[in-house]
Amino acid sequence: MALDKQTAAKREFKVVGTRPLRPDGVDKVTGKALYGADLTAPGMLVARILRSPHAHARIRAIDTSAAEAAPGVKAVVTAADFGAPADEAVRDVLVNCMAHDKALYDGHAVAAVAAISEAAAKAALKLIKVDYEVLPHVTDVDAAMKPGAPVIQPGRQAETVGTEVSENVTHYCEFGHGDLEAGFAKADHVIERSFKTEATHQGYIEPHACLASFASDGKADLWCCTQGQYMVRNLCSQIMGMEASQLRVTPSEIGGGFGGKTTVFIEPVALMLAKKSGRPVKIVMSRSEVLRATGPTCSSSMGVKIGMTKDGRITAGHAKLRYQGGAFPCGTVEFGAMAAFAAYDLDAVRTEGWNAMTNRPKQAAYRAPGAPMSIYGVESVVDELCQHFGLDPLDVRLKNAAKAGTKASYGVTFTDIGLSACLAKAKAHPHYTAPLKPGQGRGVSCGFWFNFGGDTCVTLNVNSDGTVSVTEGNPDIGGSRASIGMMAAEELGVTFDKVRTQVVDTASLGYNEVTDGSRVTFAVGLATIKAAQAAKKVMCQRAAKIWGIDEEAVVWEDGAARPSGPNAGQFPPMTLAEIAAVSSQTGGPIAGHHEVNADGAGVSFGVHLVDVEVDPETGATKVLRYTVFQDAGKAVHPSYVEGQMQGGAAQGIGWALNEEYIYGDDGKLQNPGFLDYRVPVASDLPMIDTVILEIPNPGHPYGVRGVGETSIVPPLAAIANAVSRAAGVRLTSLPMSPPRILAALDAAHPAAAAE
Amino acid sequence: MSRIHVNTTVNGDAVDFLCEPDETLLDALRNRLGLTGSKEGCGTGDCGACSVTLDGRLVCSCLVLAAEAEGRAVGTIEGMAEGEALHPLQQKFIEHAALQCGVCTPGILVAAKALLEKNPDPTETEVRYWLAGNLCRCTGYDKIIRAVMDTAADLRRA
Repeated sequence: MALDKQTAAKREFKVVGTRPLRPDGVDKVTGKALYGADLTAPGMLVARILRSPHAHARIRAIDTSAAEAAPGVKAVVTAADFGAPADEAVRDVLVNCMAHDKALYDGHAVAAVAAISEAAAKAALKLIKVDYEVLPHVTDVDAAMKPGAPVIQPGRQAETVGTEVSENVTHYCEFGHGDLEAGFAKADHVIERSFKTEATHQGYIEPHACLASFASDGKADLWCCTQGQYMVRNLCSQIMGMEASQLRVTPSEIGGGFGGKTTVFIEPVALMLAKKSGRPVKIVMSRSEVLRATGPTCSSSMGVKIGMTKDGRITAGHAKLRYQGGAFPCGTVEFGAMAAFAAYDLDAVRTEGWNAMTNRPKQAAYRAPGAPMSIYGVESVVDELCQHFGLDPLDVRLKNAAKAGTKASYGVTFTDIGLSACLAKAKAHPHYTAPLKPGQGRGVSCGFWFNFGGDTCVTLNVNSDGTVSVTEGNPDIGGSRASIGMMAAEELGVTFDKVRTQVVDTASLGYNEVTDGSRVTFAVGLATIKAAQAAKKVMCQRAAKIWGIDEEAVVWEDGAARPSGPNAGQFPPMTLAEIAAVSSQTGGPIAGHHEVNADGAGVSFGVHLVDVEVDPETGATKVLRYTVFQDAGKAVHPSYVEGQMQGGAAQGIGWALNEEYIYGDDGKLQNPGFLDYRVPVASDLPMIDTVILEIPNPGHPYGVRGVGETSIVPPLAAIANAVSRAAGVRLTSLPMSPPRILAALDAAHPAAAAE
Repeated sequence: MSRIHVNTTVNGDAVDFLCEPDETLLDALRNRLGLTGSKEGCGTGDCGACSVTLDGRLVCSCLVLAAEAEGRAVGTIEGMAEGEALHPLQQKFIEHAALQCGVCTPGILVAAKALLEKNPDPTETEVRYWLAGNLCRCTGYDKIIRAVMDTAADLRRA
């Protein structure tokens, strides 16, 4: 359903664009909201998981007999309890949930125990004897790609990769167009730099948790915190060898996901323990398990080369991206390669990407997966070229900005996009010209994400008391129940308080893709609007029946059915409530539904401005001022659009300055806790100002674009660019933690360092 | 190990429970008393999602033994509203959109209430440092800080 540009421009929204109180607010501020770990069942057992202490080891044998005989233990599972799913990607998920012949990373699950108490389960774990043959390991992406590196999983190399790299390289991709050599030849200056970024974790505050119940007739129930109950059902039913309809998955409230809850880690284990024990089984991960065995992003090693004329025109860009995504094949580098130069209208551009396996946890999606790193590299080099020529960084970006009609480096031609508008808004904003003190610097970066639509179902029931129940299948991670309910109210012409939106289990609604790709407000919103239109059609039919006129002679306007014109007859309008009240007499309950593979998500651009101060004594960077400019298409609930922009920026600030997975020479994660894996706290940050732009997305009836992911992309380069101006040193590896900044300052000023 | 019988007060109600000697107050609240509003985000006192008050003092209940609650008064998120009437902080958090996923919210509210009882007129910096032990991964803290400052201003006027 395409946007009617004239209608959208002229349309006066009544509900969309306002800021009603969120429907899940009271439950969440009173502690009533139920998250993954808050559910219990009668007769429930508690399970704990035994994890590999080695980064890489062959599992020769596992002896669980003593654990099985321990007091209170009701079931023990290892890989031997599971079959082999036919699908390779599902098999990878299973092997990540429970190691088969090898432990592939520090923290890899090898066995699990369900017992009558946590203490009994923990005690039984100590009785499991695993015979390991420790193998050489590798955790760094460049080392893993070198021929002769320890091979994580043999036989997984892609045919296109070539022989000059190790067997760990599972993917190669290439995008771009134009003549690079000719492009670089036209440049007045070319800069080529190497960058490294460390892996970061999504850092959701709620650890993974689930509760499984398995009946002897083969029916099972699973309650869990997830970004997608249908994904959980499909993965777990394949792993358990059961039909999808026999497994009902109910999502709890979710305590953050950011992409990290778009797969399963403990759910199949809980199901197998429940099946073996005949009792409900609950698993709740500890924080250290979360950090060692779930999530993180890819780490990266990159080379970026860009040429520019002295008046600021980019003549060519080339990026080589090497990502590692843990111990399994991973295609995230492809997103990085596609996104790297998306902000620029270029005649000559090429990006290449390689993925390597390492002895690290299987990467999971994290907000705009793959894009923050590659765009960090590109935006850093663009900034350095601006510094070289003494050009204004926003002017240069405006000069080269992608716009409607630009052929992106990844092949598509953009339609209406908001990049130039964001850049112009940033240039005009008081933040950009505010004075800075010595030791302070200002940085700029663009950001981009593709956005996504996908399979979506919505059912909308009009209740006989004039209220509306919207049933949708996407866990609400940022306020989507509010925005979906608002769009239903808008389309039906009722007030927001008449609509209640529920996220339901897998048995109650058709398939919905996970809450990812910034898709929910776009795709579920679109399906909700269509479902509301279907309900309106039914209500017009009912009014026609009551009035005794043709269906075609009734229209829906302003929350009521009305005769379409004077020729249709003279009848007073009938509101939704009036039609609903007599629905039983006019044909039965009234509903609308819509099922779609939603297309036209509309790409998303943003621009961030940041001021920092670097302390030359400690190397610590203080973020002084931060402003986010982002195109939302149409902001349905502006407060939650701002929330996405602020939250993404904060996560990007953490990625830029503090957060990193630190591995020792032994291949073990050195910082599996929030004390040492340091996410930004309230005292680290200033207020994060937001400027929402609304360049309507032609693919959505109200012009909505997803806003969830783009905001994590710009902070990495924006802060690096600000640090370079504040401290006079350009860092090319993340995070820019105090020791790294001090080292860079010492290298730049050896005399001062010697004092 | 035999269990310990603990007599304590939770949100003004006298309660008792049996607990293991090494059991945390958080586990006792959640698993023995059914008060699941306090959350475990880390179990090491780093995230603040389990914040409660013990005799009025703000603590991480994952770092307190359940047996230490003997004879003392525990305050949790479940005791913050009075019947249907939300505490002003709870109301302002909803109005300011100061929560997204909401899992850190109970701990932040308990911590913010403890702050305003100690310091009714905090500066932004004071609010930020007081709440530095409460991690939020969704909001970037901006709307949380504004909600706390706005509540403080309202309460001073009241």
